[in-house]
Amino acid sequence: MLTVLLLFVLICGSTGGEIAISHGAKKTGEPKRMRPREVLVFISQVMSNGWFLLGIPLMAASFFALLILFSWHPLSFVIPISALSYVVGALGAKYLLKEEVDAARWAGVILVCAGVALVAAG
Amino acid sequence: MASEKRLRIKTLIMVLAMVVCAVTGDLLLKRGMSELGAVQFTGSGLGQALMHIATSGMIWLGILFLLGFMATQMTVMSWADYSYVMPAGAFGYALQTFLAVVVLHEAVSMRRWIGVFLICIGVVLVGQTKPRTTECAERVSEKAVMSC
Repeated sequence: MLTVLLLFVLICGSTGGEIAISHGAKKTGEPKRMRPREVLVFISQVMSNGWFLLGIPLMAASFFALLILFSWHPLSFVIPISALSYVVGALGAKYLLKEEVDAARWAGVILVCAGVALVAAG
Repeated sequence: MASEKRLRIKTLIMVLAMVVCAVTGDLLLKRGMSELGAVQFTGSGLGQALMHIATSGMIWLGILFLLGFMATQMTVMSWADYSYVMPAGAFGYALQTFLAVVVLHEAVSMRRWIGVFLICIGVVLVGQTKPRTTECAERVSEKAVMSC
């Protein structure tokens, strides 16, 4: 039961956190040039964004769930199940971030999800 | 057209940097946590695990790579769709398998090769779509607005 709960935290925490940070990064706007100083300024701007502050605790919860799961189960169990985060992430992108997830992108996401599960189980 | 090509190349470079950081970080974390053994889900067990995490050089190095992953991911997601970057990043699993065969001369099962094949097809399919489908947000610079 604890394993199921930790897998839920792992998948929803990482996906929710990434979606929040992605939203925060887009609100900040891309760096002017790809130079270290300007990328650092960009990162500090994203980090002071409320969406980033929402995303970090979600990702931290996911990270600790991952560490505990790694110590309980083999990688070949944890990673195939966590591959579901690709599908959950695409759903979040479509409904929360309002991205256009067309048929080609859905097909790609599903193939990647199945592929990651097979690789990790293999 | 030129700006679309530029956007694709820029996105590809950042996704590759993201993949390398993620693969290295995960490997270091797995090695660091394996040194500890199974974490007991009790107060003392969790305390012991936290102490191990705080003092393990391997785990800190892994965390450093994962911070690099996060920085590259944040940067690429400032212009590209989350639903584009996320599956493209799965190329890391294919990279791990190629490295295992080429560098470590490991035997790889047919099931794993099929998985790598599916990932590659999936990444190519996602790569065919537009890197950005949402409208431009408020930009930091005028130059960025022009390349939008």
